[in-house]
Amino acid sequence: MAETNVTARTNTEAALARIAAIEPKINAFTQVTEELALNIADSVDERVARGEDVPLAGMTVGLKDNLNLVGTRTTCASRILENYESIYTATAVERLIEAGAVPVGKCNMDEFAFGSSTETSVYGPTHNPWDTERVPGGSSGGSAAAVAAGMVDAALGSDTGGSIRQPGAFTGTVALKPTYGRVSRYGCAAFASSLDQVGPLARTVEDTARVLNAIAGHDARDATSVPREAEDFTAELGRGAEGLRVAVAVDWLAAEGLDPEVKAGVLAAAEALASAGAEVGEVTLPNIWNGHSAYYIIAPAEASSNLARLDGVRYGVRATNPEDVLDLYVRSRSEGFGPETIRRIVLGTYVLSAGHYDSYYGQAQKARTIVADDFAQVFAGYDIILTPTAPTPAFKLDEKIDDVIAMCSNDIFTVPVNLAGNTALSLPMGLSTGGLPMGLQLIANHFDERTLLRTAAVLEDHYGFVCTPAHASAHASAHPVTEGAPAC
Amino acid sequence: MADTRLTEALERYEAVIGLEIHTEITVTQTKMFCGCPVAFGGEPNTRTCPTCLGHPGALPVPNEEAIAWTVLAGLATACTIAPWSQFHRKNYFYPDMPANYQISQFEPPFCADGRLDIELTENADERLDVATAANCTPLDEADRAGGYRATIGITRLHLEEDTGKMNHIGGADGRIAGATHSLVDFNRAGTPLMELVTEPDIRTPEEARAFARKLRLIWLSLGVSDCNMEEGSMRVDANISIRPRGVREFGTKTELKNMNSFKGIHDGLAYEIIRQAAVLDEGGTVVQETRHWDASAKVTSAMRSKETADDYRYFPEPDTVPFEFSSAYVDAIAARLPELPDARRERITDTFGLSMHDAGVLAVDTEMLAFFEETVAAAGVEVEGIEVKGVAQAVINLMLNDLAAHLNAEDVTLAACRITPAHIAELVVLVNEDTISSKQAKEVFAEMAASGELPTAIVEARGLKQVSDTGELEAIVDTLIAAHEDKVAEYRAGKTGLLGFFVGQVMRETGGQANPKVVNEILAAKLA
Repeated sequence: MAETNVTARTNTEAALARIAAIEPKINAFTQVTEELALNIADSVDERVARGEDVPLAGMTVGLKDNLNLVGTRTTCASRILENYESIYTATAVERLIEAGAVPVGKCNMDEFAFGSSTETSVYGPTHNPWDTERVPGGSSGGSAAAVAAGMVDAALGSDTGGSIRQPGAFTGTVALKPTYGRVSRYGCAAFASSLDQVGPLARTVEDTARVLNAIAGHDARDATSVPREAEDFTAELGRGAEGLRVAVAVDWLAAEGLDPEVKAGVLAAAEALASAGAEVGEVTLPNIWNGHSAYYIIAPAEASSNLARLDGVRYGVRATNPEDVLDLYVRSRSEGFGPETIRRIVLGTYVLSAGHYDSYYGQAQKARTIVADDFAQVFAGYDIILTPTAPTPAFKLDEKIDDVIAMCSNDIFTVPVNLAGNTALSLPMGLSTGGLPMGLQLIANHFDERTLLRTAAVLEDHYGFVCTPAHASAHASAHPVTEGAPAC
Repeated sequence: MADTRLTEALERYEAVIGLEIHTEITVTQTKMFCGCPVAFGGEPNTRTCPTCLGHPGALPVPNEEAIAWTVLAGLATACTIAPWSQFHRKNYFYPDMPANYQISQFEPPFCADGRLDIELTENADERLDVATAANCTPLDEADRAGGYRATIGITRLHLEEDTGKMNHIGGADGRIAGATHSLVDFNRAGTPLMELVTEPDIRTPEEARAFARKLRLIWLSLGVSDCNMEEGSMRVDANISIRPRGVREFGTKTELKNMNSFKGIHDGLAYEIIRQAAVLDEGGTVVQETRHWDASAKVTSAMRSKETADDYRYFPEPDTVPFEFSSAYVDAIAARLPELPDARRERITDTFGLSMHDAGVLAVDTEMLAFFEETVAAAGVEVEGIEVKGVAQAVINLMLNDLAAHLNAEDVTLAACRITPAHIAELVVLVNEDTISSKQAKEVFAEMAASGELPTAIVEARGLKQVSDTGELEAIVDTLIAAHEDKVAEYRAGKTGLLGFFVGQVMRETGGQANPKVVNEILAAKLA
């Protein structure tokens, strides 16, 4: 920061100006917290002036609206929480601010993160900056769109079945789902506790690594967070591909509905890595569909229980003049939840019911183990698996909203990673002939984010693609070539 | 004796009772899944945080100390500790539960397959089949005629979180019926709560009460909870059904709640047995429901119907990770086990030769036991040649009679009262050495209780020495015989009741300090 004239305040002001200019077209935010942002920016500048080590000084960030931050509403894009003011701050957010980042607002999302298009938000859909007729993916669509459109330098999302990575693919951003247990979930409104993970989206691999540096690490307030030594996730960027063992998941490339351009992109990525010195092989992970079915049992089951607390009793929107407590519950929830949320609660309640538990939840847990075993076998011999992030580039608004199956099959390649708890990253691999970003998914073993980011950096160099909108922030890492720019 | 209506019902029907006992772990400083302090009462909703208020994104972190206490409680009730266990979510909606699920345990619980022996002395006659029942043994001690020992199986002991408290406003007695609105206080929400479930091995209201009493003593000796039934830190619910004697099939059960005293446990269950018997006698059927014991009206009334079983949709709590209890971990906790009431009573009986009853009193009262042991040690050292057992009996007699009466009359605790083990020890020694009589001991006791003076000082100050000198007493008797020749003649003619007259005269001559035993012997010899 000292080398430029940019301060946290000027960078924040620039971000707020850009948001003011293009937010009407994108709808990436549920709220922009201007005053809070400028206050935080000023305190960052004071810390820098005092000579403190502030690694992300002035980096503007968007926070998915399921992450608590005191001074903001945390709505989960749902009517039932539209008046909910956070009473505490999520660990990941706290650490991000501690590292010098400046949250400028809360990002739009599918209601309670249920969706792949950010169309189920009570605040209306977010539009893809590359083509505003199209969805940005979901559920962290607001976070991805805000980063792609240059409204913020980076963003936090949450990923339960692909909710960081698929929007990353649709918007040409770098999107990382950390290993389960790597980043604290404390303060992130839960969707499915055993699958949720908070992670970064940014325009470059390096920024992604820098944000991960800030948010990763054990948190005594999350019993599933794993105690580990601190790591520098930027340490292996630039180390190249020499010695990397890379596997292409060939059976996944045969999946029905996979866009040939996307498929070709994955194969090209493998070749590029091979040319760069990696050892490339082919593997199969045959239980992908079992995993997908298991996911649609486990995730709604946990969600049905996690969302039970939203009852209008202690906070949130409460039905007026209830006759009794049952009426209070039924009406607050019926009026407060959207149709997709109700669908998942009903499904989850059903699969946990007496008489159904063994045939659904019990079976799903077994399938989950099988999926994890598939990954474990591959990682015994490889460092990275290459797959598509999503079967196609971004689809159009309203195209799939009424087709539950089509919407759900969008996360076919991302869901298995959550079941196994591994880490994965979506990297933009250029634009389709239709001018839309396509995402490559790189999957690594548990807690091997360093190799994941190192491999992604090799390919990032190879593609020369960086999502650089017209008013790119001074804090996006410099990159030589701009292949595509969002249309907004 | 048992209530005649109960006896009458129990003659025709056998009651089958299982208990569910919830005990708050009050020894830990913090709640089960968050850092909020554990305490009773206080301004509503002041001991709360995002986790125990169920705010979005807040997570539970298990209190390891509470888990260790539960394992200790399991070991104290002869349970097997699961090598692997986990928390489950129990899903149901109720406003006192912040997340609308309770973090509890399903399978496997931390502790299972335990047992507890209870001894029945009061209302032992409620049980009609002591001689034939597999889990009963008659107590053979003389002072325990009619009593028996019963072994009650413990199905499981698990750990969960307590709920908040509802306050219903506008209805009668704070109950929900007729209330206009309800308030919730989450101060209690998240308090560590142990739930113990017994096998349906209990057959009488008195056995249920004895079980609860015994369990409370064990929890108290561990120090895991204050077990305050009125404040609700120990809550006893019962499942109860009856069946005609000789029938093996269980009858329809009711669940009985709000028995918040030992008397309530007994009387509530007795009422329910009589009520169910009356329903069956009239050809009716018992409705499966939860009933509320009203201690002032002395009746149970239906709370909510449970015709269909609740579906709690249990599933493993995904916010916590499973626990593995290594044998090293369990051994380390077992090493923390204090002496439990049964073992302690046995040790007291063996060491001091006390009766089961007297030893039982000491076994459950740490303060009394410490006082007793200190007293015996003090008295034993000073009395060469006197068997410890004799001293022990004298000490316990003084403690359970004079001392207990004094504490009761003055309404003071043992710790606050002036009497120390040194006082009792000296007093016992003075009596045992025949320095003072038992009657004089009473006087000395009253004096030392009032002034705090030591008995030897009181005896000296008052000149309360007992005269046992045979020569001195013989001289007095000789003088008396000479002075009352007529009475001596009457005595010798068979009016032996006059012995009392002579004893009285000797006592008067000696200022009441003559040893009555010695006087009697001398008189008997000289008047013969």
